[in-house]
Amino acid sequence: MQATNILILILGLGVLAFFLGRGRSLALAKPLGGIRQLHSLPSYYGMHAALWCALPSLFLLCVWMLFDDSLINRLVLDSVAAEIAPNDTASYNLLINKISNLADGILPRKGESAALVAAADHLVSLRIISSWSLTAVLLTLSSLGLLWGWSRISASFRARPVVEKVMQNILLGCACLAIFTTLGIVLSVLFESIQFFRSVPIFDFVFGLEWSPQTAIREDQVGSSGSFGAVPLFVGTLLVSAVAMVVAVPVGLMSAIYLAEYASKTVRTYAKPALEILAGIPTVVYGFFAALTVAPFLRDLGASFGLSVSSESALAAGGVMGVMIIPFISSLADDVITAVPQSMRDGSLAMGATKSETVRRVIIPAALPGIVGGVMLAISRAIGETMIVVMAAGMAAKLTANPLESVTTVTVQIVTLLTGDQEFDSPKTLAAFALGLMLFTVTLLLNIFALHIVKKYREQYD
Amino acid sequence: MTQLASADKKKRANTAKPTAMKSLEVEGHEATVGKVFTDNPKMTMRNVNVYYDDKQAIHDVSIDIAKNEVIAMIGPSGCGKSTFLRSLNRMNDTVDICRVEGDILMDGENLYAPKLDVVELRARVGMVFQKPNPFPKSIYENVAYGPKIHGLADTRVDLDEIVENSLRKASLWEEVKERLHQGGTGLSGGQQQRLCIARAIAVSPEVILMDEPCSALDPIATAKIEELIEELSENFTIAIVTHSMQQAARVSHRTAYFHLGKLIEVNPTEQVFTMPEHPLTEAYITGRFG
Repeated sequence: MQATNILILILGLGVLAFFLGRGRSLALAKPLGGIRQLHSLPSYYGMHAALWCALPSLFLLCVWMLFDDSLINRLVLDSVAAEIAPNDTASYNLLINKISNLADGILPRKGESAALVAAADHLVSLRIISSWSLTAVLLTLSSLGLLWGWSRISASFRARPVVEKVMQNILLGCACLAIFTTLGIVLSVLFESIQFFRSVPIFDFVFGLEWSPQTAIREDQVGSSGSFGAVPLFVGTLLVSAVAMVVAVPVGLMSAIYLAEYASKTVRTYAKPALEILAGIPTVVYGFFAALTVAPFLRDLGASFGLSVSSESALAAGGVMGVMIIPFISSLADDVITAVPQSMRDGSLAMGATKSETVRRVIIPAALPGIVGGVMLAISRAIGETMIVVMAAGMAAKLTANPLESVTTVTVQIVTLLTGDQEFDSPKTLAAFALGLMLFTVTLLLNIFALHIVKKYREQYD
Repeated sequence: MTQLASADKKKRANTAKPTAMKSLEVEGHEATVGKVFTDNPKMTMRNVNVYYDDKQAIHDVSIDIAKNEVIAMIGPSGCGKSTFLRSLNRMNDTVDICRVEGDILMDGENLYAPKLDVVELRARVGMVFQKPNPFPKSIYENVAYGPKIHGLADTRVDLDEIVENSLRKASLWEEVKERLHQGGTGLSGGQQQRLCIARAIAVSPEVILMDEPCSALDPIATAKIEELIEELSENFTIAIVTHSMQQAARVSHRTAYFHLGKLIEVNPTEQVFTMPEHPLTEAYITGRFG
């Protein structure tokens, strides 16, 4: 039986267990004089039986699915004839794939060696055994669980604390899942980066001023040995982000002030969602807007002033990115400005301050930590933004602070390093992980800083 | 026969309190009783109506506030006393749906005249709120806020002097003179409220409105504020809204009793609490509702 079917079956049994458990508790309660004589509500007894029925089986199912394949593969390989037995990891994987494809009928069996066909047949039979034994084991386990959970029900049995505890642990498990996924991503990036730093010294990477990741693949190829100095990329990233923030911070902040302090209710109901539509536009759309509309416009505008503006400029990419970030800043700032207590406004207005004096002298200072936190989060978004810069910022790693020139960013380079066919263990591809790690570290630090500021702000009024 | 019936009715009215109270409310009032007007008014209110949208919060209130007097406004929750107070320095302007009708004059000048400058008005009529609301700035900056926006000090020395004088008048100077540049929000509740009073008097207003200034404070802090109100009444005219009848009795010269948006009675405080003229006032001060 397939795993999905087993899953459905187990869940069905769980539901059954719930109703059986509840029914039993109700039946027990009746002669005693109603459910108030039970320790817990009937649904808790039902949940107790259902959890006993489903949880152990689900756990076993997960474990089985994790180890099932590798165990079967091992068994198949142990049994294959010596002449096709693999001698290293690569050929091992190749062989496994081939046998599995033969077994699934993806590859035609005609013309394959008898040993391979035999292995494929063996694999098929093992899979069938595994699947049926899994079904049998799980169903038995579920039934036993159901029986155990059901039989323990009595008027004095404390089902509520047990169920609460299990629920708490399930929630904990979900929280851990998210944390461990993050940890897994970080570790995988970290290990690949360490591998990269074996071939390129970390000092050269972090402080190197030249970025040209082309390495010769064959001995006889003409080409550089590659240089992996990340500084131009980070300078490019900072330049584009700076342009974006120059656009986004004033516009976002002022629109937030307008919406929070000045706008009438009607304007607010229409303007706020309209502004937030900006946040809903996919970044790829912003990307071609930047590349096809804004960049040529800036180039022509520059030409009319006698400036040479590159057709892929940091200004175009950063400007459009800034527009993308406006709703982010304005909605965060709007939140913190509205969170400033009305009593502050009243206090200031009652002193005879005008509205703009109140905003400038009381509300902005009071909301400043929150605003700074929002800006920090926006900066880390700008740094990590990819699509717009891929399309509009350019590929050449130039060390420049001139926003009219074409620059490249960390994210753009990661994309170019990892798209297309390439070896996976060359420094060229591994460099992407090192860049990713550095980017991650930078945004993480910014986020921690931002959260710290936001938290500090929260403590102020409570 | 009729006599008997009426006597019976009277008896019922006396025994069944809720009915009696209801009848009091239904009777309502025609005009405010007591000493409503004075010879030397600082502020004059005539036929003031305040509406929130189409709901009327204040009904036809007329009253004078004399120079340098402390007038207390009491009444059950929701009777409109805070609304009335807030219309005296046009703080109700900040509420979109609020509309004020009638005449409110200070020294004969209509506060709701179109050409009146609200900024100037609020400098002349200061306000202290229910909950202490110091700005998240230093103590010094809190007090200097008003003088700065109204340009009352040309030099730093002038400003220092204004801040010190205001803090002294609010009897807070001795407690904070060592930490003028620390945050105002770090003070205790009572100190914060006195800071707010110092902030209000820093622009030398003529009238100070206080909207339940002690309701968030403990008894000791309350006693200090009450003492302060007495001192301030030498220089300022003070209108104070309070929930505490004892407080009204302690600090005020005259007391105004509001009921369901109507001004029922205004009389010297002593009289209100010993021999109220109106049955509603009597019902309130004897604790029959509140």
